[in-house]
Amino acid sequence: MARPETLLEPVPAPGEQVTAGDQRIFVASQWQLMWWRFRKHKVALVSAAMIALFYVVVIGADFLAYADPNVSEAQRSLMPPQRLYVFDGWRFAPYVHGIKGARDPQTFKRVYVADPEVKVPVRFFAEGFEYRFLGLFPTNRHLIGVDGDRDANKTIFLLGTDVQGRDLWSRLMYGTRISLTIGLIGVAMSLVLGVILGGLSGFYGGVIDTVIQRVIEILRSIPTIPLWMGLAAALPRDWTILQVYFAITIIISLLGWTELARVVRGRFLALREEDFVISARLVGCSRMRTIFVHMVPSFMSHIIAATTLALPAMIVSETALSFLGLGLRPPAISWGVLLQQAQNVQTVAISPWLMLPALPVIVAVMAFNFLGDGLRDAADPYGR
Amino acid sequence: MAAERTLPLLSVRGLKTYFHQDEGTVKAVDGVSFDLAPGATLGVVGESGCGKSVTARSILGIVDRPGRIVAGEIHFCRDRGRPGAHGDAARDVIDLAALPPNGPAMRAIRGAEIALIFQEPMSSFSPVHSVGSQIAEAIMLHQQVSRREARAKAIDMLRRVGVSLPEQRVDQLSNQLSGGLRQRAMIAMALSCHPILLIADEPTTALDVTTQSQILELMRQLQREDGMAIMLITHDLGVVAEMATDVVVMYLGRVVEQAPVDAIFHAPKHPYTQALLRSIPRMRSRSRERLTPIAGSVPHPYDRPAGCPFHPRCPQFMAGRCDRQEPALRPVAAGHAVSCFLYS
Amino acid sequence: MLAYIGRRALLAIFTVWAISVLSFAIIQLPPGDYVTSYIAQMASMGSVVSDEEAQTLRIQYGLGQPIYIQYLKWMKLVVQGNFGMSMEWRRPVTEVIGERLWLTVVVSVSALILTWTLALPIGIYSAVRQYSVGDYVATFIGFIGLAVPNFLLALVILYGGFVLFNANIGGLFSPELQDAPWSAAKVWDLAKHLPIPALILGLAGTAQQIRIMRANLLDELRKPYVVTARSKGLPERTVVLKYPVRVALNPFASTIGYTLPYIVSGSIIVSLVLGLPTVGPLLLKALIAQDMFLAGTIVLLLGLMTVAGTLISDILLVWIDPRIRIEDT
Repeated sequence: MARPETLLEPVPAPGEQVTAGDQRIFVASQWQLMWWRFRKHKVALVSAAMIALFYVVVIGADFLAYADPNVSEAQRSLMPPQRLYVFDGWRFAPYVHGIKGARDPQTFKRVYVADPEVKVPVRFFAEGFEYRFLGLFPTNRHLIGVDGDRDANKTIFLLGTDVQGRDLWSRLMYGTRISLTIGLIGVAMSLVLGVILGGLSGFYGGVIDTVIQRVIEILRSIPTIPLWMGLAAALPRDWTILQVYFAITIIISLLGWTELARVVRGRFLALREEDFVISARLVGCSRMRTIFVHMVPSFMSHIIAATTLALPAMIVSETALSFLGLGLRPPAISWGVLLQQAQNVQTVAISPWLMLPALPVIVAVMAFNFLGDGLRDAADPYGR
Repeated sequence: MAAERTLPLLSVRGLKTYFHQDEGTVKAVDGVSFDLAPGATLGVVGESGCGKSVTARSILGIVDRPGRIVAGEIHFCRDRGRPGAHGDAARDVIDLAALPPNGPAMRAIRGAEIALIFQEPMSSFSPVHSVGSQIAEAIMLHQQVSRREARAKAIDMLRRVGVSLPEQRVDQLSNQLSGGLRQRAMIAMALSCHPILLIADEPTTALDVTTQSQILELMRQLQREDGMAIMLITHDLGVVAEMATDVVVMYLGRVVEQAPVDAIFHAPKHPYTQALLRSIPRMRSRSRERLTPIAGSVPHPYDRPAGCPFHPRCPQFMAGRCDRQEPALRPVAAGHAVSCFLYS
Repeated sequence: MLAYIGRRALLAIFTVWAISVLSFAIIQLPPGDYVTSYIAQMASMGSVVSDEEAQTLRIQYGLGQPIYIQYLKWMKLVVQGNFGMSMEWRRPVTEVIGERLWLTVVVSVSALILTWTLALPIGIYSAVRQYSVGDYVATFIGFIGLAVPNFLLALVILYGGFVLFNANIGGLFSPELQDAPWSAAKVWDLAKHLPIPALILGLAGTAQQIRIMRANLLDELRKPYVVTARSKGLPERTVVLKYPVRVALNPFASTIGYTLPYIVSGSIIVSLVLGLPTVGPLLLKALIAQDMFLAGTIVLLLGLMTVAGTLISDILLVWIDPRIRIEDT
């Protein structure tokens, strides 16, 4: 008998056998149910995988890069991406061609030409610049690299170089690390603010609610970017990268907590009237206990979903600010800083690979959005 | 003349309305046949999910997608006094099932000759349009009148259904009216074009008992005045006893019994009808006497039993017959038909 | 209804006050008091500020007094229309901003109108013809709008225009009309250049509105009153457009208020990428050059503009939704 799959199986009539499958559903915890629903959402699963991949890059950025991101080389300025050949004849032996600098006879501009004579073998786990893996283990091994000498003709630049001759791929790896962690920290702060203020608003209601609501409305009506620009520009020039990093995060989350607060408040308001909350109070639970033991678990899933959906905004905000030159500044590297080189259409027309850092931004935003949607659908017990 | 009068106003033959979905096909209406005489009140009873509402919507061609009429005929005898009908000699009988649901022919009948009122008057009115405008819209759609005339007619109609201060009410929103007033407004909207057939889908289920009896009285009165037929869909046997002249009992998309109302209550033939009547609490029963529910539960729509749909719950189940073949609706007395192997 | 508008107006006033405080903070943020730095800057550019002027300025801005006094003095000047002097341009701020603010308004409002005119029909179509080709196309465009930040989109489009058409499709005017006085030709030129910035700015908002409209309409289409309308014999198009769309319009309309700040915000960066003569590029330069009066004033005016727009949209919402008119609690 083909029955439509539902998570809520009808209760078996007395006398009917309770199958093992039914039993699993009856005792499944909230998280298991959520996971089962989430599993059906294929796009969200793919997005989750993509995000996992991103965070692998965050952790292993040093390993995945092969050139020191801050070493500039005027001779290599604005080199286009090199083509990676995977097979040499029939052998699996990746290589790239060497590069010869040349002068274009017509424009007299510097042009890079691949030298087909020279095959520069690409090694795995090659030696390169030194770093500390996970901040702990000093090593100089990288995922790929080319042998030793910094011969101008024997280099690898998978994604080309920027104006100062720095390898774009390696910088992209490091940029991913910064861009994705700023997002996390910013969201964490917004979460704290949002949960506290939204919770107060929803749980107590009355005057507190009205005041907080009005504040949220005011904040939402202010155009954010001019404000961020102003605040970011006011950061003293002599602050270290780390200080700037945290300041930017704080600035962005100061305005970003409103969405989370609204979700939390909405949940609190809805839950306040639920019978199970009222009965908890009647049984004698203190307010704290009612909130943390009874109410919070009910909307944890919604909070997770809302938080995931808030991340893309953070990432885009940081990227935008850095793109303008007001956020993180060199030598810090983030997607926005990388894109700053692509501000000018003339530059981009000649070196379109400078726009490549836009790709991870777009992919990350989409992935987080889909993931958040999937989580939100999975968390909603009444959805279908 | 006598022959004309016995021609039913509405004659449904073998109506089948299926919902094709990914998980399976729901046969909401699976071979329904009944007749409705002009000026009569036909009660359609059955448990939730037996296909009563879908039948009503099939008649008007407003079955929700993915539902479709897949078989059957719905013969509707149009009133010869209507504009656009043919002359006295020929009755204008058309098959509603064959009309394209959104074509002009069907839409001309909807609202004007056959009207439908619903269970939930609150959600059946648009929340952002005034009640009066919704009534007037129906009037302007089917009659050639100006906006002002339509409004005046709307006010008249409201007055007729017993709404006090109709001039004020006509501009109010549905959420400003009480439940009883809303249902009256709904009736006003349905009757605004003087249809010959009113289909009422659980009109009193959402109302309290007092309002319920008022609405039923109103419907009886309007029926007397206009000579219209009513198809009253309900699960409440008390309402049926009060209002109906004939009764159709449905189960799982089939008609199991059709009879005049007295016969249904005093001489029910089908086991399901008998079980239904047994399960009603009685005023004169002894105290502490248990109610007799019908054994089992309504099967899952994708999981219909073979043969007679009622056989898993039937106390007079005959193995080998009831679970193999489907009984057909056969007359057992004057105007009384049953679909059961006990009688055929 | 009046009570509702009154409440919204009051809120708007508070918002303006908050923005003014934040703008003032921006002006104050660089180290040192701003008059001193103003004098220093002017000196470094070769203009000398006499002692009397300096003293007048100090009194005008209340330097040396508690900060809230300074704020009040600044507000007093602002209300009179005196926004201070731009250090970089050595002219009053109002002159420097000039018509850029109006152009910002034009671009933002065009983006808003575009958002609406696109989102509404596409959203309705998506809901009524679910799972059709058109629905998928609309969803896809929606994703682009949601996933690609507007300034990146601007960059890509500029690049595309350059490479494919060998044309610079940025800017709001053709080069020859850029500084010309206003005329019918100039207005037409502006209109020709508006679609691309408006589209880029509005795409994210459009995508979101399409989703909202689609979701709302899908909910409404399942409701009983749609069946009632159909049962009266109305043609299908009227049934959909007159009833569920009308109801779904309300939550849709209530979101305009928050689209405007987003659009104005976005216009700053997008105008930088596209090279539009609006307030955005001016703000960035001012911030980098620490030209605080100019920067703070721009922030203030932008905020004001946004709040005014939001208030107007609130009033429009009341006009659309009769339920607010009646439930005036």
